[in-house]
This record gives sequence, C-alpha cells and structure tokens, in this order.
Amino acid sequence: MTNPTTPLVRIRGLTKIFGGQRALDGVDLTIMPGEVHGLLGENGSGKSTLIKVLSGFHVPDEGTLEVAGRDVPLPLLPGQHRSLGFEFVHQDLGLVPSLSVTENLMLGEIAASRKAVYSWRAARERAAKMFARYDVDIDPDAAVERIRPVDRAMLAIVRAVESIRDGAAASGEAGANMLVLDEPTVFLPKQEVGQLFSLVKRITSDGSSVLFVSHDLDEVREITDRVTVLRDGRTSGSAVTGETTGRELVTMIIGRELAEHQQNDGPAAAAVGRDVVLSVRGLSHGPLQDVSFDLHEGEVLGFAGLVGSGYEEVVYSLFGASPGATGTISAGGRTVDITNLTPRRAMSLGMALVPGDRKNSGSVGTLSLGENMNLTVLDRYFRGWRLRHGKMRDNVRQLIGEFDVRPAIPDLEYGSLSGGNQQKALMAKWQQIHPKVLLLHEPTQGVDVGARQQIFDMIRGSTVTSATICASSEYEQLETICDRVGIFVRGRLVTFVTGEDITKARIADLCHGQASAPVPAPAP
Amino acid sequence: MNEKKGADMTTARKDVETPAAEPPVEPPSGDTDAASSEKTARRRPTGRLEAMALPLTWLAVIVVFSIVETDTFFTSANAASILASQAVLVVVTLGLIVPLIAGDFDLSIGAVVGMSALIIAILNVQMGWNIWAAILVALIAGIVVGLINGALTVLLGIDSLIVTLGMSTLLAGVALWISGANTITGVDQTLIDIVISYRLFGIPLEFYYAIIFALILWYVFAFTPLGQRLLVVGRNREVARLSGMRVSTLRIGALVTSAFVAALGGVLIAGTSGSAGPTTGLDLLLPAFAAAFLGSTTIKPGRFNPWGTVIAVYFLVTGITGLQLLGLQSFVQNIFYGGALILAVSFSQIIRRRRMKRGI
Repeated sequence: MTNPTTPLVRIRGLTKIFGGQRALDGVDLTIMPGEVHGLLGENGSGKSTLIKVLSGFHVPDEGTLEVAGRDVPLPLLPGQHRSLGFEFVHQDLGLVPSLSVTENLMLGEIAASRKAVYSWRAARERAAKMFARYDVDIDPDAAVERIRPVDRAMLAIVRAVESIRDGAAASGEAGANMLVLDEPTVFLPKQEVGQLFSLVKRITSDGSSVLFVSHDLDEVREITDRVTVLRDGRTSGSAVTGETTGRELVTMIIGRELAEHQQNDGPAAAAVGRDVVLSVRGLSHGPLQDVSFDLHEGEVLGFAGLVGSGYEEVVYSLFGASPGATGTISAGGRTVDITNLTPRRAMSLGMALVPGDRKNSGSVGTLSLGENMNLTVLDRYFRGWRLRHGKMRDNVRQLIGEFDVRPAIPDLEYGSLSGGNQQKALMAKWQQIHPKVLLLHEPTQGVDVGARQQIFDMIRGSTVTSATICASSEYEQLETICDRVGIFVRGRLVTFVTGEDITKARIADLCHGQASAPVPAPAP
Repeated sequence: MNEKKGADMTTARKDVETPAAEPPVEPPSGDTDAASSEKTARRRPTGRLEAMALPLTWLAVIVVFSIVETDTFFTSANAASILASQAVLVVVTLGLIVPLIAGDFDLSIGAVVGMSALIIAILNVQMGWNIWAAILVALIAGIVVGLINGALTVLLGIDSLIVTLGMSTLLAGVALWISGANTITGVDQTLIDIVISYRLFGIPLEFYYAIIFALILWYVFAFTPLGQRLLVVGRNREVARLSGMRVSTLRIGALVTSAFVAALGGVLIAGTSGSAGPTTGLDLLLPAFAAAFLGSTTIKPGRFNPWGTVIAVYFLVTGITGLQLLGLQSFVQNIFYGGALILAVSFSQIIRRRRMKRGI
C-alpha cells in the first residue's frame, strides 16, 4: 500500500514544444493516492499533450516525474506506463464493436497469449467474476455493439483496471495504480453517467487514483476530489473541488474574472427588421433535441457548446450531410422536411457547407487545387459539349487572387498546401455558388494566424450576399466574427448572446451551464 | 522558410493536441522540410519522365524485337496482327477503368464477355435468330448484370470485389450449363465481316472500334463534368457527396458501363472467332487488370486513363508476341501478365507514397 501522504504521481515543470509553440509550459500536477483528480482546460490548453506524455507517446522537452515518491526518468518508453501502473481509457474506448464483451475484455491477453488453445469457458467465468467484483451488470456474451453506451464505457474501464492489476502482479510493484479517463462521459446519456461514477468510486476505494479529464463542470464537481486546470499550456490553478464554485473554475479555465453580464433578451440589434433567410424548427438528431431558430439576412450566427452538446451537429444536419435528422427548414419560400434532405437538395435551397474535417470531408488531397475548387461549378464550364479547361483555369486563377491562396498555382496538388491556404481555397469553392446560407464548422482549425484573420474577413465579407452559421469551439473566434451566438447545453439550444454581450468569457460561462436561462423557442 | 515550416505543421494537425501531427520521437534531422520542398520544385520534369516511361519502354521493346527478329517480328502482317488481335482486350480494359476510376472493382468483366458471346452464338446459331437481335439481347444482358452488380455494391453496401467475384463465378457456371460444355460455331458471317474481315490500311476494323471507344472515353474523362465527378467519387465519396454529387447513381452507372462494354467485347469475340464456348472471355480478366493498372502509371501517372490503358495493352501484347516468336511457349503469357500486374500496382503504390511524403 502506498503511503497516503506521498503523492502517487508528481509532475513538475513539464514542458513540450511543438514547432516553436509551447503546448506545455512548466506544468505541475500532483495526484494523491485514492483520489479522483479532475483535469480541466479548453481545447488546446495542453490536457491531451500531458496525457500523451504519461502514456509515453510524446517526448517532453523538460520536466520531472515522480511515481510514489521515486524519480522516474522521462521520457517514458512506449508501454512503460503499464509497469508504472498507469492505464488509459480514451473517448473512443478502444473496443471492437462486433466482438463479444468477453472477447473485448480478453483482447490484450489474446494478443499476448502463447497458448495454442484458449479456453473461452474459463475466460467467460473470469469476465463474470470481474464484473461481479466491480458490481457491474453486463452480459459477457453480448456483442459490444448491442450493449448500452454506459456499459461500453464501464467495460473499457474494468478492462483498464484489470490490466493495471495484472501489470502490478507481474512487476511486483503493486500499489501505484492510476487510471486516466479521457472524456469518458461525452457520449453518454445524462441519466447513465451516475452508474459510471459509482464504478469510478469503487475503483478508488482501494487506493487507486483516477485522473478524470472532462469539459463538463457539473460532472467534475460531482465526481472529483481535487482539480487542476490548464490554460495555454500552464497550470492556471489547482483546488479542492468541494471548496470551489463553478464560477471560480470557469475563471481558471478561461483566465480572467468574469464580468457580471446583463442578460440581453432582445434580438440582435443588427438583425432586427431584416428578412429571415432560414427558419429551423424542431431539429433533432443524435444529441440534438428540438432545436429551433431563425437566421436573418446578413447575419453571422455562431454556435457554441461543450463537446457532446451537439452544437456542431447542426450545420451537418442542415446540409443533409448526416442522415437521421428530423425537423423542418424553411428557406427561399420553401419548407423542407430535414429527413429528406440531401447535400444536393440543400445546395438547391441555397446552402453551402465547409466541413471541419478538411482532409476527409472537405477536399481531395490527391487532386489539384483547381480541380477541388471547380467541383461546385463544373456544369457552368460545360459549353459547346466540352469542359472549357482554359476558362476553368482562368476562374481558378481569379479566385486564387481574390481569396489569396498561395502558392497561386492551379495545378498544384491540393494536399501540399498549408492548412490556411487549403481552407481559403474551400471558402472560394463554395462562395462561387453564391450560397444564401454558408454553414461552417471550425473554419480556422489547423489554420495559421495570418490566414485566420483573412478567413474572418471572408466570413464577415460574405454577409453581403449571404448569412452564415459558424459552429466553433473557439470562443474568441465567435467573439470576433458573430452578430449572435447560440449556446448548446446537452443537445438543447438554451440561449443566445448578442452584440456587445458576445465575449469569450460570457460564452464559456454559458457553455459550462453557469447562469443559463432557457429562451423560448421562436414561434413555429 | 520559417513561416513555411510553421504552415506545414498546421497542415497536418487537426488541433494542437492531435498526436498524428508531431513527428514521432525525432532524431535531429531538420532537413526533411527542405528536402521535400526541393522535391516539389523538381517535380515537373520528373513527372513528365514518369508519364512517358511506359511509351518509351514500349518503343524500346519494339526496337529490340525488330532487331532480333527482323524477319518475323518486324513485318506489317505481325503489326496488324498485334493491333487487331487484342482489340477485345483494349475495349474490355477501357470498360474496366470506368468503375476503377469511380473506386469500385469489376471482376465479372471476363465472364460477361463470355456470356455475351455465348448468347449471340446460341440465339444466332442454335435458335436461328437474326444476328442483330441476338446482339441486342447480349447487350441488354450485360446491362442487367451491371445493374445487379451496382445494386448489390451500392445499395446494400457490399464490397464490389466480392459482389463481382461471385457474379463472375456464377456467370461462368451458367455458361457451362447453357452451352452444354460445347463450343458453338457458325455465327453469322455479317458479324465476322464487320469485325475482322473488312480491313482499313491492312488492319481489321476491330482495331478501329477499340480506338473509337478510347476516343469516347477520353472525351468523357477529359471534357465532361461526368468524368470529373467520377474521379472525385473514386477518390473520396464523402467529398463527392458533400459537393452535391449523386454518388450512388454514379457508382451504379460505372458498374453498368463496365458490364455493358464487356458485353460489347463479347460481340467482338463472337465476330472474331465466329464461335463461343463455355470458357470464352474468362482469360481476359487478368490481362485487363494488368493493363488497367499499368496504364495508370503512364500519360497521367496516378490516374486510370484511356490512352495509358491502350498503350499498356499493346505494350504487354508486343512483349508477349515477341517472346513467343523467339520460341518461348505460351506459359510466357501468364508470367508476363501476372508479373506486369504486380509491377504496375507496386509502381503506383510507390508513386502514391512519394506523393504522400511530399506533404499531404
């Protein structure tokens, strides 16, 4: 048993530099035995980098690690975390959906086993025993894809804990057990989260620690004993959870005192009296429940929320890109059932989507810049029974100039461009069809600072011809470009912030569920 | 330079915390970036050499065989024979590259060629149908096979490799059954005349049909939105869908095209040999794939393309004919086609890897 006053894990001065940027800048983190320790921070604050140092994936530039009072030299070797007693459960859980619960549980063992014959009977019995030990009720024979999401998460957790035990038994260094849970609750229905939390508490009852990474303040406040908050790669604070208010945590996360805001219930001043270009009623899909709103001529409407709140799903649903959505949209005098919407039909309603996953959904990296940009206007250049390649190239050249894509070579392979230039080219691709509604998801992800400003200008500039919806996890960006920001909490569009009220702090505050009041949905 | 480096860093990463972006456990190298940009700069001339490598090799093969076997190889009769005898393979391979471009395999083309030829032989010879009516039925049968392939692949989401492999075996079985394992000879002379008897510049008409078809495909892929769309569907269905394309229709259309063209190939075979048997056409499958992949390394490297395909077919046939004239047995054919397929696919993979390294 570890001495309860010696930290289980102590990290000091951890620094990791990527291409000149400090992803981690002298981070300190201390985890005591038997505690659930929350790790909080915005996207890009360094949480994932920190975890990947602990798993041996990243090589840190500076910093020290002590485990149960003993110095452990960094970097950790791949796999070394097992002998130290660390195990990780990531958001995607690492399960094979088509295999049975037992098979998933024994996956690591099967991979390592030298036995020619494997006894499934024994394995199933062991599985049942394990579940009994953790008081988890899962059918060992069920296929993982058929069990409840929370059961999947618990299965992954039990598997990880067992792996720590086996590792400890093998190395003879029992005691130093730490389970890292990286956003385990994001995809779980609210009512099932409680079960997962009881499992976490059972795990810590024997002196094991849990590092609980999450965006959700309510959950962090419910389950953790202490929290550490990262901001811009630094430790911005560490506190005992019970002695800290949600508002204090938000302050640590976003880094400045929250000014008290007046709730502004009126519609955006800029949008008053303008025509409604798009009405959405009763949109439900995945986490989204009954989302209704109006988009006005010339407006830039932002959507924000925590991971799992569904804020980004809206733009895909409105474009017919993710089947299964329900609700109606009205645009250009037509009302369409979202169930029947396809990207093609959405385009005919005047919509355009620049998806967040540029590489897999937005562009073909192995085709040329020009081929990617001209995809939406091929028919325009099919004249006299042939594609007018010369005119298409002129068009691309003109767009490249207008949108400042560099290098300005239409035949260059699209994938060889920098992120910013790729994104500018995609903006150009869609602007050519003069969309009435431009749908954006993370428009500046992986985009360098200079191009970022240009893209902001394009979004603001495009309000001349269209309205824009921008789903983004970067609150600062929303503050810069939006006339109005809709806040999503657990699948519901709970409120709007408008005009002067749109600040990074205010958005963060509302997204974390602090001081929110549901707004009445616009009349159908 | 520094700025460029920073930009490259952001290209690959989705956000600061994504693992894939960072170089794994970096030994101090640092010059990879410089090397890759230098490669980009050098790319155009190497690209052109890459594009012309196969035609030049073909030329070299012709020259070598012409010197070694002046009497047998370097004759107009041999040239005409090479050009005409493999016209069916050219047509079938051109049909095959349509689904390949759209990202699907069609392994049933050889069996469809046989089915089509057999339908013509049975209807025309055994049942006494008019030859044109028999051809019409054969072509319709081809379209039906294509529709079944397309529906199973696209609507049910089964891998086209499996669907068309099954279809191929099924059709071969049906062919064996309806032909009673016999070769049926005596197809209408009209068909034989317009396929091989009539000649232009000493070369049977068959060859010109193949070239006309290559021209049509070239037109579609180079000068119509349809060709461009098929290409995008093949590269990334999600991007195609999100750009408003009818991905399912295009994919089904591509598989119908390859089956229809294979049925046309069956018409040519029936016209060439005047007969059809239970295994007719089956031996075309592998050469067609070999030529399609070899063709994708030339003219427009990295893309299946009609002229590359035509050159690849004739390169392979020239090599085989030359070797056979040297006295090598017919086993050389299989060795050559199989080897060419493996080499061609290896080359395209190497090209792709190099492209990836250059910085996607």
